[in-house]
This record gives sequence, structure tokens and C-alpha cells, in this order.
Amino acid sequence: MSHGPRHPSYDVAVVGGGVVGLACAWRARQRGFATVVVERERAGAGASGVAAGMLAPVTEADFGEQALLGLNLAGLERWPAFAAELSELSGLATGLRHSGALVVGADRDDAEELRRLADLQSALGLDARWLSGRECRRLEPGLSPRVPGGIEASREGHVDPAATVEALRAAFLAAGGELLEGVGVEEIELDAAGSRVAALALGNGQRVDVEQVVGAAGAWSGSLEGLPSGAVPPVRPVNGQILSLRAADGRAPLTKRLVRTPRCYVVTRDDGRVVVGATTEERGFDVGVTAEGVFRLLEAAREVLPDVDELDFVAARAGLRPGTPDNAPVVGRTEIDGLLWATGHGRNGVLLAPITAEAIAACLSGEDAAEAVLPFAPDRFARARPSVATAAALGER
Amino acid sequence: MNPLVIADRWFDSRLVIGTGGFRSLEAMATAIAASGAEMATVALRRVDPDARGSVLDVVRDAGCFVLPNTAGCFTARDAVTTARLAREALGTDWVKLEVIGDDRTLLPDPADLLEAAETLVADGFTVLPYTSDDPVLAARLEDAGCAAVMPLGSPIGSGMGIGNPYNLRLIVERAGVPVILDAGIGTASDATVAMELGCAGVLLASAISRAQDPAGMAQAMRLAVEAGRLAHAAGRIPRRLYAEASTPLAGVPELS
Repeated sequence: MSHGPRHPSYDVAVVGGGVVGLACAWRARQRGFATVVVERERAGAGASGVAAGMLAPVTEADFGEQALLGLNLAGLERWPAFAAELSELSGLATGLRHSGALVVGADRDDAEELRRLADLQSALGLDARWLSGRECRRLEPGLSPRVPGGIEASREGHVDPAATVEALRAAFLAAGGELLEGVGVEEIELDAAGSRVAALALGNGQRVDVEQVVGAAGAWSGSLEGLPSGAVPPVRPVNGQILSLRAADGRAPLTKRLVRTPRCYVVTRDDGRVVVGATTEERGFDVGVTAEGVFRLLEAAREVLPDVDELDFVAARAGLRPGTPDNAPVVGRTEIDGLLWATGHGRNGVLLAPITAEAIAACLSGEDAAEAVLPFAPDRFARARPSVATAAALGER
Repeated sequence: MNPLVIADRWFDSRLVIGTGGFRSLEAMATAIAASGAEMATVALRRVDPDARGSVLDVVRDAGCFVLPNTAGCFTARDAVTTARLAREALGTDWVKLEVIGDDRTLLPDPADLLEAAETLVADGFTVLPYTSDDPVLAARLEDAGCAAVMPLGSPIGSGMGIGNPYNLRLIVERAGVPVILDAGIGTASDATVAMELGCAGVLLASAISRAQDPAGMAQAMRLAVEAGRLAHAAGRIPRRLYAEASTPLAGVPELS
């Protein structure tokens, strides 16, 4: 199936056909750039194909990550218009649901932990409120009677990443974009001075001239060849295992909302499919599913939702999130002319795809990205390393 | 201050840091720097030693000695296998030995811990066992050839501090190897108490990694360990029931 590119040169080449890469390519094409997406396997084969599609910036908020929270909130704001336009142009649904989210504890220790988060959320002025166990169960009758309380975040929701990939593919192709699947990138070639992007050497032996390249290769972004080491972002694979379950016909859906605990999350789709995710493991590029991973996820889900026992087990899969040292994405131009990154989104690739694509389209056109995206420019890792700066500040004795 | 000497290594810092629970690698790097720790323990079962930009890279970049641990092992056999894999992957024969006996409290399994310690010592390892605060078990581990003993203050990640200071004191008084308090520290005063009781060092992770400001708590722990060590060496005053004026009354001029 790996046929080569139709043209010898393109304005923009996007490396990686996941949700982020395809969204960037679609937006680039809408701005009139001749755009090709080069995908090593098939569109959505990486993290996008495993992700649950949570749109949950409030319940992801944690201490010391306020700038990232700002980006995630801005990312959520972009989704309704993005999904509406995408569905209109592609004729396909994204599965976007504003279900709301409920973060519950399984015992008193969890409740203490969640109360600390609730205090943080309220200090940050986020749309979240503390509910008693009884109030939680009024919202989600399937919750265990032992749930001591939780946090409701009513604006959160989820999309179906696989459906979103299909919609993006259709919209991008309909706009005249070109998608190469089953073709890897051997090397990003620079000009003689090494100061600007010149071409892509493809795995099938072909070579295409390109004006600009967007690196959206997820966990593999750090492995792209041809670039000086300083131009490659510090992206590492972070393994996540996730379970697919399904309710038997005629049974009530397991949950109405996105339900989370400190150890798992549960998403129920309209057709009765249930997603339970996800582990976070530093195992390099290993994508094996482990007995421990499956056991821990099932245990975490059923301790708050006992009806999990009644579901059919469909599949357990593992994927690789692109992790960065500060858990934040890498989006924008680099010092090399024509080289841009749209990677390192960690757990939030689906959430941040619309705002990332908007920022990349602006950068490709020589405009500035939206303010919320600016702190996440690729050059932040080249600046003085925070660990060294802090060590110096603390090293007075 | 005297260095902490374990087997053939010495450390200027008496704080050992665990790498679990940090929100990001950057938060970990900043906290390790602020803690001044020279040794950090890493769960080898969860780490690919060849992965670029991993936890191991952060620990090494911080200049820390990497102490692999057997976290998550529930039998002597599993712990011994994990220790051997770690030795092969990292080229170190040091191991922080954990054999967990209970899923909910993560308390050590005394019988399999001792068995694993004996096996690993015979295999040439430098063994630092995570143990309950039982003075007899601590003595048995030392007799088995462990290079240090690491009793818990309270269960891992509980932040409940030192539950039985009396047992800890018995362990310290009897021990001929360094006693490092491992697990249960919630805040800086807990670390100080451990050092005041005569521990040679403190190992902690969650108290820093899950604090609202990990780097701030890391600096607090560094100072707390130093303060406790200095206080222990300086010798505290005895407790008394009634006050004793620090300014003597004898010789005070009568000005009336």
C-alpha cells in the first residue's frame, strides 16, 4: 500500500499522522499550503489509536503546573467549534460529549487527597465543586456506596479519538491534502549551512523537497534523524495501558459522566463501549500489555464502580505517550528555518490538537501563536536548565 | 559533619531520596538539587535502563549515586531476580532490598526479607534492606551481612511519621551498621526526630515528591536532617518536670 508522493515538492510536510499531525495538516491545507502527511504506519496507529479522548483540564490540574493548566483550558475551549467544523466538512462525527466529570475516592485516604486538589481548584477559580458521597451517587448511581465524596467538574467531557482521526483524514483529503501511509522518514535534510529545512528523505527511497516540516511524530519525535541534537526536543516514550470493555445489550450505561479516581478513569461511549485507563510507566518503547497493568486497572475501576464485573472484556492495549521533562507540549518554530514541532503532548494530545493545529498554522504563515501556547515553544529546553538555576539559588550554604 | 559511610562508599549528605511520585522529571531534578542528596533510589522493575531521558538520566545528571531497589516484589525469589537484573543493567552490586508482605500497608515480609538478604549477601551484593521497626529482625539482618538496616517510621507513603520511636532507639543502640530511617516521613520535623534518635540517615520520597512545592520541601528536609544530626551530636538536655531558670539568681545585685 505504500505508494510514493505525487509531487516532487511541498510547502509543508507533517511527520506523523496522529490526531495532532492530521489536525496541523488540515489547518495548513486550509491556509492554502500544499501539504503532505508522512505516516510510518497508518493514520492514528500511535498514541491516538489507544487514547481515551478525555477533555479534562480541570480534573488534571496539579500543583506547580499553572501555565500548562492555562493551555489545557484554552484547548478545551477550542473543541466545540473545531468538532463542528470538522464534522461539517468531513461528514463524520467526532463523538464529542460534554458529559461532565466526577473525580471520586475509594476510601478516606483518597478523600483527603482529593480535598487537597479541590482546594487547589477553588484557589485557581476553576469550575469544580466538592460533593458528598451521597451527592456523587445521585449523579452516578453506579458508584459504590463506599465512595466518600468527590469533585464535580461539569464542563469536562470526551471525544472518540479513532472517530476523530477518521474525520480529520477525510477533511484533510477533501481539502486536497496528501496522506502517505506506510512510509517512514529516514532523515530531515537541511541546507548546506544547516540553517534551514530542505527536504525529507523517505523510507521508500524517495526524496521530496519541502519548505517547512512539522514534527508530530509523538513518542518517536526524539528519534528523527538529520537534525543537530539541540534541535530535537527531549521527548521520551511514556507507556500507558488501557482497557476496552463493553456493556451487554439492554443494560444501562456504566456511567453518564467521565469518572476518575486517583488510580484510573472510566469513559462510557454512546454505543455502550467503556474505556478504562491508564497506567503510566517508564518502559522505553516497550508496548507489551502486562498482567499487572490489566489487573490494576480493573481493580481501580471496580472498587468505585462494582458493575464493571458485568462488562464484557474486549481488549487491553498499550500505547506510547510523548513525554517531556515538564509534562508540557512542544509547539512552535525552532532556530532552524522551516522546522516546527507539534509534539510532547503527554496525556493531552487529543485535548490540545485543535489549539496546537491553530498555533502551527499561524506559525507556518509567519504569524504568532495564541498567547496560551507561547510558553511552550521548543527553545525553552535550550535555555538555562531550571534544575541548575534552582541549585544555584539554593546553594548558598 | 562526618560523612555517612556505608560499605566502601561515603556520602556527605545523610538524606537519601526516592524517585517515586514526582509530577514530572523536571520537578524531580529540581527537588534532588535542592535536597543536596547524593544517593537516589530507583525502581528498576519500572525503568528501562537504556531509555533516553528517563528517570535514571535525571538521577545521574544530578550527580547522584543510583541505588536500585526491588519495589513491588512480593517474594524473596522475585526480589533476588530483580536485584540480579539491576546489577546486570546498571553495573552496581548495591541494592535496596524490598520484599512486600501486604498489598494495603506495604509492610515488609520479615521471613522472605531475611531469606532474600542472605541470598544476595552470599551472591556478593551490598544489601540495604527495608525492614519493619522490629529490633530483633534488624539485628538478624545485620548478622546476615547487610551493609545497613532501613527500618520504617510508618507505612510507605503514609506520612504518619515515626510510629514507634522506642523501637527505633533500640535498633539504633544495638546496630553496628548504619541505621537509615526509610518510609513514613511526612514533614521536616519527622526527619529531624529520626536523626535525633541517632539514625545515620533518612530515606524519603513521597514527602517531597507529593508536596505542593517539592523543591521547597526538599530544602526543608535537607536542613531538617542536618539539624537533627547536629542536635544528636550536641546532646540534648534532660527533661525535667519543673522549670529551671537559665539566668541564675545567685550574685544578682540588690538594687532596692
